[in-house]
Order: sequence, then C-alpha cells, then structure tokens
Amino acid sequence: MTITQDGSRSTAGAASERRGMNLTLRIWRQKDPTVKGKMVTYKVSDVSPDMSFLEMLDVLNERLILDGDDPVAFDHDCREGICGMCGVMINGMAHGPQQTTTCQLHMRKFKDGDTIDVEPWRASAFPVIKDLAVDRSALDRIIQSGGYISVPTGTAPDAHAVPVPKKDSDAAFDAATCIGCGACVAACPNASSMLFTAAKVTHLGLMPQGQPERNDRVVNMVAQQDREGFGGCTNIGECSAACPKGISMENISRLNHDLLGALRAGARPKS
Amino acid sequence: MTVTDSGQRRTPKAAKTNSVFKKVVMAVSGIVMLLYLVAHVVGNLKVFAGRESFNSYSEWIRTVGEPAVPSYTVLTVVRIVLIVAVVAHFWAAVSLWRQAKRARPDRYVTKKAVAQSYASRTMRWGGVIVLLFIVWHILDLTTGTVNPDGDASPYDRLVASFSNPFSTAFYVLALILLGMHLRHGIWSATQTLGQSNKRRERTVNAFAIAFSTVLIAGFLLVPFSVLFGLVD
Ligand code: HEM
Ligand code: SF4
Ligand code: FES
Repeated sequence: MTITQDGSRSTAGAASERRGMNLTLRIWRQKDPTVKGKMVTYKVSDVSPDMSFLEMLDVLNERLILDGDDPVAFDHDCREGICGMCGVMINGMAHGPQQTTTCQLHMRKFKDGDTIDVEPWRASAFPVIKDLAVDRSALDRIIQSGGYISVPTGTAPDAHAVPVPKKDSDAAFDAATCIGCGACVAACPNASSMLFTAAKVTHLGLMPQGQPERNDRVVNMVAQQDREGFGGCTNIGECSAACPKGISMENISRLNHDLLGALRAGARPKS
Repeated sequence: MTVTDSGQRRTPKAAKTNSVFKKVVMAVSGIVMLLYLVAHVVGNLKVFAGRESFNSYSEWIRTVGEPAVPSYTVLTVVRIVLIVAVVAHFWAAVSLWRQAKRARPDRYVTKKAVAQSYASRTMRWGGVIVLLFIVWHILDLTTGTVNPDGDASPYDRLVASFSNPFSTAFYVLALILLGMHLRHGIWSATQTLGQSNKRRERTVNAFAIAFSTVLIAGFLLVPFSVLFGLVD
C-alpha cells in the first residue's frame, strides 16, 4: 500500500516550501492482546522534518482512515514530554534515537529514504492492547503498593516548615521527574522495572515525610514488581541510557541499600 | 491510563523469591569466589620459584594447621565454602535468567544496544563456560583425571597440561571470559549491595577493570611461561 500526502494538506507550516522526506515504516500491527501480531510496511511521503514522530503517525493514520483502513493505535496524551504515555520502540531504541519522549522526537532526526521500525514495548508485564498501545498499569500497581506518603489531609504546610538538605532535595527532585513511561523496562534486556521503582523509592526515601513508611515501601514495591512479572536487574544500564528524564543508575543502588536495611530491620512484604 | 481486564493480562507465576535477594546471593557468593581467586593467583606464582617450592606449597595447602587440626581440615573447609558459593551463585544466575526469559517472551524484531558493555552481555553464557572450565580445571590439575601426566607431581601435571596447545587455549579463553565476568560483576555487586552512587561510579568501574586485568594477567602468566619454555 502506498500512502501519499498531498501537498495542500501539509501540516508542516513553516517548512512547507522545503521538500519533505519519503519514509518506509514497518509498524507492528496486532488486533488485540490475544492474537499474534506482525510487522506491516507503509510508505509515507513528503514528511516535514519539523513534524514530531507522533504527527508523522497522525498523517499516516489520516490516510489510513480515508482509505477505509484501520488506523495504527498508539498511546499519547500531553504531547509535551510530561505524561509518559507515548512510548514506542523506534528502530530498536526506546523512544527512538534521541533521549526524549516519542512526542518530542522530531523527524529531522531521520533522513529521506529511511526505513523505520516501530514496535510496542515488549514485556509480559506490559500486554499489547492493540498495535503500539500497551497496558502499563503494572507500573501503577507498583506505585499503589508503596509509592506514596500517607499524610493527614488539611491545609498544606508551609513549604519551609520542614527543612530538607539541598543535596537531598536535589536528588529527590531528580528522581521525582520520572514520568512512568516504561522506556526503562522496554530497553532492559531483562525487562526489569528496577529504574522506575528505584526512582520512586529514592524520591520518597530522601524526604523527611517519607521516613515513617520507608522500610515497608521498598519491600512492598520490590515484591509487587516481581509479582507483575518484570525481570530482575543485572545493572546493565540500558534503562538509564533510554530514560527520557535521565534517571541515573545510582537510584538502583539506593533502592538496594534501602531494601537490605529494611529486610535487616524485619520489614516483610504484605502478601 | 488504559487497563486491559485482568483476564487478558498474562499474569506470570509470581517470583517466589525476591529478585533483589537473588542478586545479593550472587554478589556475596561472587565476592567469596573472588577472594579465593586472589589467594589462588598468588599461590600459582610459586611456580616461578621452581619445582620443589611449588610442590611443597601444594603439600602445605593440605597440611596447614597441623598439628592443631588434622591434615586436610583447612582445605576441606575451603572446598565446602567454595562449593556452596558456586552452587548458590549458579542457582541465583539461572533463576534470574529464567525470570528474564519469562519477563519478555516475545522478542523485538529490531533491538539496538545503546549502553551495555560486552562484559555485561556475556555474563550468562560466559558464566556457563567458566563453570565448565572450573570442572575441567579440577579434573586436570587437582585430581589429574584428564591430565596427560595424571600421576605426576603437581608441578609436572601443570607443565604437562600447558604443553598441550588445546588445553592452554581453553584455559586462556576461559580466563578472558572470567576477566570480563569480573569486570561487570564487581560493578554489579557494588550496585547490588547498595554501595554505589554517582560520585563513586567512575572509581568503581576503573577499579573493576584494573582489578580484573591484573588478576587475569597473573593467571595467564603461568601457561604462557610454560608455552615459551620459561617453566619446564
Ligand atoms: C570463579 C568464578 C566466579 C566468580 C568469582 C564470579 C563473580 C561474580 C560476581 C562478583 C558477580 C556480581 C554479583 C552481582 O551482580 O551482584 C557475578 C555475577 C554473575 N555471575 Fe558470576 N562468578 C563466577 C562464576 C560464575 C559462574 C560459573 C556462573 C554460571 C552461570 C556465573 C554467572 C553469573 C551471572 C549470570 C551473574 C549476574 C550478572 C549480572 O549481574 O549482570 N558466575 N559473578
Ligand atoms: S525511570 Fe525513566 S524510563 Fe523509566 S519509567 Fe521513569 S521516566 Fe520512563
Ligand atoms: S504524549 Fe505525553 S510524554 Fe509523549
């Protein structure tokens, strides 16, 4: 099938005078979680280098719909790199060749004539819903198992009422930037969610408000990620290299440190 | 966030043992084996002090502690500790390997490695080869079962083994794999035991490389010396 975008419908705006790129896409198509999927080839022409990767997929989908075909399902929400919904595997790299989210990846990162493989995150804990959309609710359940602070409701306390050392607040903030996109799992040769879990354990474990539940949090979150069927971490480092927020490996060490301390202190996971 | 109904979710067999616990078993047993290797390489260098010295060192290993404890006591304790370490290490490795397989049953059509080192990629199969090597190595130089000169003294067994180019080649290959195993293993164990952070990361990795290189060079010195006739 050939899909050609006609010039008058270009969404490229400022770049419309420039000649667009012609690309071959090989996209994973899978009807639902129960059937086997396969790669299907599509051609997209006159792609502006200023489009985001998702806009390029939108263009493809518009044509597919006009042709009466089933559009490619993919997840997205904010399209500004903060919600973490848009993860797909592009040419074998989580979120593609740039360390950012798919919605913030621009087509200028590709060349005219390129063939681009697009696949869903692959992990048994992330079942494919349809095509490129996967169910990442396993990450939500990890958060539910301990990634929170139980505080009484009421008026918010003054921001400076509880002092936090600058070093800790910086490290906690860095960890808190995790958007739960799942790229770490997707990129990991073991399909481990360790970087995600470690980011939350670090974020809350460094804050004074996180102390009362610190031991229970780490044992329960690790138990839940095992229960969800994620792999075990072997410190390879693909996760951190793929993470759009640059969450570092040191968080994993901190999780391990907390876990060993918690187990020694007698904390055991809720069954 | 979209949620598939739980019936559609392929809920795998829950991991029976905490995955981080398995890593700790791996790290601790790895460090035990590592400490043994340091003692082992130092002992090997005795070969350069000549046949007498090497053979009496071998005798000493078996009788050390006498008369406070009967001969072979210390050696037996060391052997038991090492067997436990190997079994525990192997159990944890296989168990995490299987967990990883279950965690991604469908492979990517296209997957690019962005950050992983060759060492980290060869931990599993490299480990299996090292294990086979350890078995062969014991049959060759400890029991003499597969040694061309099995009944000779420890020194002569060593020379006989390394006079065979195939045996030397296997030894060299296994040691290079072991060196890479330790290069990633030392870094990984530091992470697993929660002792790493951004500031230390470079130092840990530099130490892992330097340590493995020196250790393996020490082990390789012996076969190469036999090969070049420095020891005969
Ligand atoms: C002299 C023998 C050996 C020594 C000194 C050694 C040492 C180590 C060390 C220190 C670690 C790091 C532990 C951690 O990640 O926390 C490790 C990891 C590992 N070892 Fe060994 N090991 C040896 C033999 C073996 C054997 C025979 C296997 C057989 C399969 C094996 C498989 C593994 C695997 C799969 C890992 C985990 C890799 C990773 O963390 O990425 N090792 N080893
Ligand atoms: S740690 Fe990074 S890659 Fe993993 S879910 Fe969070 S933001 Fe995404
Ligand atoms: S759509 Fe929200 S991060 Fe990409």
